[in-house]
Amino acid sequence: MKRMPDSFIAVSLLVMVFLYLPVVILIGLSFNVSTMGVAWKGFTFQWYEKLVMDRAILQAAVNSVVIALVSTGLALILGVGTAIGLETRQGGQKSWVNMILLLPLVIPEILLGVALLMVFVLCQVHLGFSTIIIGHMVFNLPLTIVIVRARLRKLDPAWEDAARDLGATSWDVLTRITLPLLRPAIWGAGLLGFTVSLDDFVVTFFVAGPGSTTLPLKVFSMIRTGMTPEINALSAVMVVVSMVCVGLSWFVQQRSTPASSESSYL
Amino acid sequence: MHESVGLDKVIKTHGSVRAVDHVSLSIQNGEFFSILGPSGSGKTTILRLIAGLDRPDQGDILIQQRVVNSDPPHERPVNMVFQHYALFPHLSVYENVAFGLKMKGEHQANIQKSVRHMLALVRLEGKETRLPGQLSGGEQQRVALARALINRPVVLLLDEPLAALDQQLRQEMQGELKRLQREVKATFICVTHQQDEAMMLSDRIAVMDRGKLLQVGTPQEIYDHPASSTVARFIGLSNVLSGTIARCEGTLCRVEHDVLPPVMATCSPRDSPQGGVTVMVRPERVHVSPDMSANGYDNRLQAIVHQVLFTGNEVVYHVRLRDEAIWMARVPIAEAQASPLVVGQPVYVQWWAHEGLVLPAHTAPC
Repeated sequence: MKRMPDSFIAVSLLVMVFLYLPVVILIGLSFNVSTMGVAWKGFTFQWYEKLVMDRAILQAAVNSVVIALVSTGLALILGVGTAIGLETRQGGQKSWVNMILLLPLVIPEILLGVALLMVFVLCQVHLGFSTIIIGHMVFNLPLTIVIVRARLRKLDPAWEDAARDLGATSWDVLTRITLPLLRPAIWGAGLLGFTVSLDDFVVTFFVAGPGSTTLPLKVFSMIRTGMTPEINALSAVMVVVSMVCVGLSWFVQQRSTPASSESSYL
Repeated sequence: MHESVGLDKVIKTHGSVRAVDHVSLSIQNGEFFSILGPSGSGKTTILRLIAGLDRPDQGDILIQQRVVNSDPPHERPVNMVFQHYALFPHLSVYENVAFGLKMKGEHQANIQKSVRHMLALVRLEGKETRLPGQLSGGEQQRVALARALINRPVVLLLDEPLAALDQQLRQEMQGELKRLQREVKATFICVTHQQDEAMMLSDRIAVMDRGKLLQVGTPQEIYDHPASSTVARFIGLSNVLSGTIARCEGTLCRVEHDVLPPVMATCSPRDSPQGGVTVMVRPERVHVSPDMSANGYDNRLQAIVHQVLFTGNEVVYHVRLRDEAIWMARVPIAEAQASPLVVGQPVYVQWWAHEGLVLPAHTAPC
């Protein structure tokens, strides 16, 4: 491989520092004895211990995970179906369908939040878990569709033909060929959706009700009474969980490449 | 002998393209039948129509003398080996081969026995647990064959079965295919764009171009008596010369050319050609020498040696005629060494009248 020029490496390092320095400082401070400011007074785990003892934070964490699991799960069921439907549909690809499906990914989140809140109030839906789940599905669904469709396009249509030639019905093709081959994309989309849902603040802020506080909301409400090391600790946990999930999502999608169509073309 | 597969005036259109245009065919039980044509000639579409993966717009598809137009693929006693094998990448060799029987709901024990038998037949014992991605091209090909043959099809369809293999493996698999056909006693219908492959494997060949069937016959018939210049060009290398018929006596014709002297050639007793025609001469029939031969060949054209290609057992001379056309002559090595020719040397191209074939200039369906 060609070696990169030094200037290129320097710029890359600067960008990395710019992106990750705040996160590193935050994680570092979560182990700081000092309660005030950024002066280093010694190493401690006490803020993490306090975190685990805080019932309200634990409740918020449970809420976040439940909401993320349910919204991701529903988005997967609907999204995989939609993606398969769109890809196998005979005739020209409907570009306006694509546009509409992907729109939630580019609409400013604050607009989505406001719009959702208005709809829920108009329809007199009680704000709480269900409204947050619906809100998260609005961005989880297009995300799932994009990822699954990308994988579907890599599947060789001859696999379906071969299965049908060997006596498979449409249901057999779906359950024995298409879905197993989509598995990496489904896992990838699920993990990514789970992370996005877990971290979402804006939409959640608008459509949450009493008793449905999620972790980001909790962090926000804590910060209003002042920056504490406890918040640092909580944020550090969230950062690590998100990174692990996104990393896993990337990993399962990468690992699947050898099984895709190219290898059978050897 | 009974008909295994029949096509009756079949038409199939993809968008605005007639992929298959009024094709009628009759393929006998136990035949090794090849459909030969350039890519896009509609040959794969014919396989898909027989397999039931596509439906004809018009006309009938018959399998064992029964019209099967609307039968879905799994109700037809036909299986297919796909162009790039289309092995299921997430299933092991065993599961790939067992797929068809599993779909039929066979007993586990039966499946196991059959799979073992099939893997032995294609010489893949011991590879049951491998994934397709871990196999070589030749092994993947054998899995594809086993996966199709395990269903005991009356007809096996092969789409460019050897195209993805390298030269040596290809020759090995040609023998293998013949052996398999003898053992399973099924009709094999093979699509290919390789004329030598079709020649070697087939009992009969159908030549296709742009959706139309040009000629059907044994390899020998098609090579010796191509129905048109398109077929002639597709089956083996050939030299061609376009001209107009001056007169015919029986099967002997005199063909005139704008630039070159007239030549004598033979036409098939079936047709009496008129007007514009093509004269075809096989490169192995052409005699090239620096001086006029004493043999008194019927035809003699002046040319310049353009290229000398050495192939091992023979020498191929490319010569330029006076109308700028390049002709080829294949000369056995011993003969070529006895009187070597060099590039730029003026020569005479000579051949007998019965070795030049008069063909209609334009492609006509047979």
